[in-house]
Amino acid sequence: MTLKGRDLISIRDLSREEIEEVLRAAKRMIPYAEGRKSSRALEDRLLTLAFFEPSTRTRLSFETAVQRLGGRCVTIADPSASSMRKGESLHDTVRMLSSYGDGIVLRHPNEGAARLAALASDKPVINAGDGAGQHPTQTLLDLATMQEAFGTLSGLKVVFLGDLKFGRTVHSLAHALSMFGAELVLSSPPTLGLPNEVREQLDEAGAKVTEADQVHSAVRDADVLYVTRIQKERFADEAEYAKVAGSYRIDNTILAGAKPRLIVMHPLPRTGEIAPEVDGTSHAAYFRQAFLGVPVRMALLSLILTGRAG
Amino acid sequence: MRELKITPIRNGTVIDHIGNGLALEVLRIIGVRELDKDSTVSVALHVRSQKLGWKDIVKVENMELSPRKVNAIALIAPTATISIIRDYKVREKRAVDLPDRIVGVLRCPNPNCISNQNEPVESEFEVARRRPVVLRCGYCDRQVDEFLSHLA
Repeated sequence: MTLKGRDLISIRDLSREEIEEVLRAAKRMIPYAEGRKSSRALEDRLLTLAFFEPSTRTRLSFETAVQRLGGRCVTIADPSASSMRKGESLHDTVRMLSSYGDGIVLRHPNEGAARLAALASDKPVINAGDGAGQHPTQTLLDLATMQEAFGTLSGLKVVFLGDLKFGRTVHSLAHALSMFGAELVLSSPPTLGLPNEVREQLDEAGAKVTEADQVHSAVRDADVLYVTRIQKERFADEAEYAKVAGSYRIDNTILAGAKPRLIVMHPLPRTGEIAPEVDGTSHAAYFRQAFLGVPVRMALLSLILTGRAG
Repeated sequence: MRELKITPIRNGTVIDHIGNGLALEVLRIIGVRELDKDSTVSVALHVRSQKLGWKDIVKVENMELSPRKVNAIALIAPTATISIIRDYKVREKRAVDLPDRIVGVLRCPNPNCISNQNEPVESEFEVARRRPVVLRCGYCDRQVDEFLSHLA
């Protein structure tokens, strides 16, 4: 079992054991990510970051991860400045990029873009989000956050609140959690429920999934409350967006009924789903979650580019 | 079985046991316009069948189907059988069979899928379920269980 040279397109590309390997390596990376120790694990490695859709956290955490390990990266951060603007296909762009660096991290607005890139590239491709599709490194850092808080992923009760239809982080995370025997509770505005095919896949995988109308009651015995933003950019119709925007908000009143150890997670950016008053409570895990993106990506890059965990 | 009112063909393909009403879709897949201009195409609609109750039949002279067209027929008309005729004799007869991967036959129903964006790649689906048939896009994972409107 090795991740060396492998693509990471979907969390389904990884077995439970491989996910555990990444999480163990990520934990060891924390002092390096915090700058308390230094590493040259990626010295002489050059990573290409091709971001064809806006991103702050994902792009900067990949850049940080590479540099914390002594590697270098070249970045396309503005698609309007690339030759795709001239009509070059993603296939050709990726084929070229794969001859420049040792691996490609891709964010793209079309679903399936990373799969296509992996076919076009002879270097490893890591999917950093393809449209409403997959975002496996987000899933890994979400799992790392829960693992750090509870020491395990087995038996956790995780409530998903928000846009479960377009929220790609939810689909991948729900799948991964089902591998670890977590219990999933779904709560969303009626028009933004989990797509049937995702639900069917979870049922087929034997996941324990229930639905909750009221977030108050769902939160009461939960270990994790995973909140997502309603993504305006996924709606074709502004009126449809306006109908559901602002339909839920987590504040200290809701959290008053929760277990003391409940953690609130959010892939960020938030746009009002979590009141700022929650930030000062022990429940708030979303900024720690964003930080853990760095050691998780350090671990992953190290395993994929060198075959070693740091 | 009663004699059919379609003349035998010397060389070509007979697609029999097509589900009732699907012959015109099968013709669309075959691409009648691409055929040799001297070839005869015979279509029988609503024919009695012991196996299916009613069926359609298509006979095309001087043509053998490419594997890709056979795959498309397997999706649209899964009960069909294909006979290759040479010199008036059935040389080969088989049921259509859906392979595990189907390339270039369907368009992904997800308009935002990368395979619909003028990339130099063919659509690709894998069989997610066989009864009833559900396919999954090899690029974006979107599932498809209705094929007629998505033929490439």
